[in-house]
Amino acid sequence: MAQLLQHLINGLAAGTIYALVALGYTMVYGVLKLINFAHGDVMMVGVYMGYATAFALGREVRSSLVGVALIFAVAMLGCALLGFLIERFAYRPLREKPRLTALITAIGISFALSYGFQLDIGFLPGASPRAFPEVIEPREWIIIGDRDVVVWNWQVISFLIAVVLMVGLQYLVFRTRFGRAMRAVSWDHRVAALMGIPTDRVIALTFMLSSALAAGAGLLYAIKDTSVSPLMGLYVGLKAFVAAVIGGIGHVPGAVVGALVLGLVEEFVVGYAASTWRDAVAFGFLILVLLVKPGGLFGRVAAEKV
Amino acid sequence: MRRLAPMLLAALAVFAAACEKKTQPAPSGEGGSQTAQQGQQKPATPPGGGEVPAGSDVILLGEVGALSGGQATFGISTRDGIDLALKEANAAGGVKGKKLAVRVYDNQSKPEEAAQATTRLVTQDKVVLILGDVASSNSLAMAEKAQTAGVPMITPSSTNPKVTETGDYIFRVCFIDPFQGFVMAKFARANLKLNKVAVLQDNKSAYSIGLTDVFTRKFTEMGGKITTTESFSQGDTDYRAQLTAIRKTQPDAIYVPGYYSEVGVIARQAREVGLRVPLLGGDGWDSSKLFELGGSAIQGSYFSNHYSPDNPDPKVQKFIADYKAAYGSVPDALAALGYDAARVAIAALERAKDLSGPAVRDAIAQTKDFPGVAGTITLDDKHNAVKSAVVLKVGDGKTEYVTTVNP
Repeated sequence: MAQLLQHLINGLAAGTIYALVALGYTMVYGVLKLINFAHGDVMMVGVYMGYATAFALGREVRSSLVGVALIFAVAMLGCALLGFLIERFAYRPLREKPRLTALITAIGISFALSYGFQLDIGFLPGASPRAFPEVIEPREWIIIGDRDVVVWNWQVISFLIAVVLMVGLQYLVFRTRFGRAMRAVSWDHRVAALMGIPTDRVIALTFMLSSALAAGAGLLYAIKDTSVSPLMGLYVGLKAFVAAVIGGIGHVPGAVVGALVLGLVEEFVVGYAASTWRDAVAFGFLILVLLVKPGGLFGRVAAEKV
Repeated sequence: MRRLAPMLLAALAVFAAACEKKTQPAPSGEGGSQTAQQGQQKPATPPGGGEVPAGSDVILLGEVGALSGGQATFGISTRDGIDLALKEANAAGGVKGKKLAVRVYDNQSKPEEAAQATTRLVTQDKVVLILGDVASSNSLAMAEKAQTAGVPMITPSSTNPKVTETGDYIFRVCFIDPFQGFVMAKFARANLKLNKVAVLQDNKSAYSIGLTDVFTRKFTEMGGKITTTESFSQGDTDYRAQLTAIRKTQPDAIYVPGYYSEVGVIARQAREVGLRVPLLGGDGWDSSKLFELGGSAIQGSYFSNHYSPDNPDPKVQKFIADYKAAYGSVPDALAALGYDAARVAIAALERAKDLSGPAVRDAIAQTKDFPGVAGTITLDDKHNAVKSAVVLKVGDGKTEYVTTVNP
């Protein structure tokens, strides 16, 4: 029983990180109908920005509240800029082209980032995994029994951050002018432009927002698992993409629920079966959901005009 | 489409550049940079040895090693170790009244280059014996060529069992992978007096599975109990589920035969789920990165290795001093094994009745109780070294020699 509870906590902690990454996929897809396969790699770049900031700050400043805020701020702003650049120079020129073209470019950007960061020149980090500094000093917040169940501070913190971000995003999309513009662009960006909505700006802001989210998620991931490497984005990004599809891509709460479900499924598979089964079960679950509910758990299937 | 093409090209160019990096020579060794500049295989001049002299008063050996590419540090260490052994032998009068020389080819860390270099050594240079390589995949490519040509080959440090199974001309002076499983089982029972050990193995690595199998069997035979065997996959970063399951079985230690990149993280997360017991492992842990990734969590853990520079044995300390004098650094395990491989070869050439392939092969096969710096070497009928391993303890930023375990 205690073990079940511990697995539940671990699974939720892993799931919340997937959720934050999945939100980025879902936002960009919602607005542009583009699956931004470079999203996970933007997350990785954010992690390395945070890594560099943490070392620049030094040990004492690092675990203070100001230090942590600074690390998150640098990584999130830096990634927002990166997201802007990627959108401006890789996706915008292709916006009127068939959707497949942009998808291929996205994969190109993904490889360019993940392999580019394996180069060992100048400021680039090289291929070996590195240990992320303990920017949030790990503390045990809840202990049940003889350490039968332990809840860590970073688990609670990242869970709360994920919930706040999800609620905030939902508010942004459905209660603000910017959200209305996003939805209008999502509906039909040509018509939205005719109605006087600055579509380019809305799309650019959406990319910046999703990239900043990715950086935040990446830092929480790095704090959780401590080992960071240039290929981490590929792996986490793929899992988050699966989570977004399970929830119904384009649907904000769906992405979060899909991610939590995926995190729990993986944790239970590893805990009670074997790690070899984890990816097979995760993707099997994806196939099952798509068979039963092709739009994902929360999505609606819209008839595509051909 | 007009704008798409240049963009895709640019993306491809970056991608290609990223791939290229892995195969580019590292500018760290004389032989490596020379080969890089000329873009083809050229005999690299042994440092300090000058040009390889021609003539019948010289015994020519061949060496194939990774002097450039991803395994360049391994290849360069090995070359320096071999070079030191040859210099010592020549200073002592050579073999059968002749001087020894070695022709070194760079395989750029690639099996196909290794095979080509071996062919060149046996057909063109007509060497009497070949030394190399470190990586098992390169040695496998070489072994086939050497076996076909009937030229004996000694690999200093390829641990994959398949290498010497290629044929009767192929030897090694290091132990094979599964042996380390036995070493750790013996150390855990006899030295640490452990009764219950959990295993966490890497399901994607043949190395890890091989070590686990032998460790489990031997540890149980010696009266210990394996509480549970959990698994992970190379590249994972979250091991809490497995460690939570392990914690429930309350082991005295956890055997983690994996590579340093995963072991460091496992150590941290083990402490986090409340496992305060030491971790045990194999030579895959041997990297300075282990200390960074594992932090204080990995301290107090043990792993088996080929050799330790802290070994108080005078012949080891003499080797370290000589190596330092020649190359300015403390030799790692690969330099020690290169040195041992060359000395085993020299001793065999001395014993062989002539320098033909079969005679040299038989002489190498008779190697027994040879005092190497990385353990005493006796070759078994499968041409593998039966020798001791060292156990190292992970300390604060460095390893400490604990003990030597004999087979």
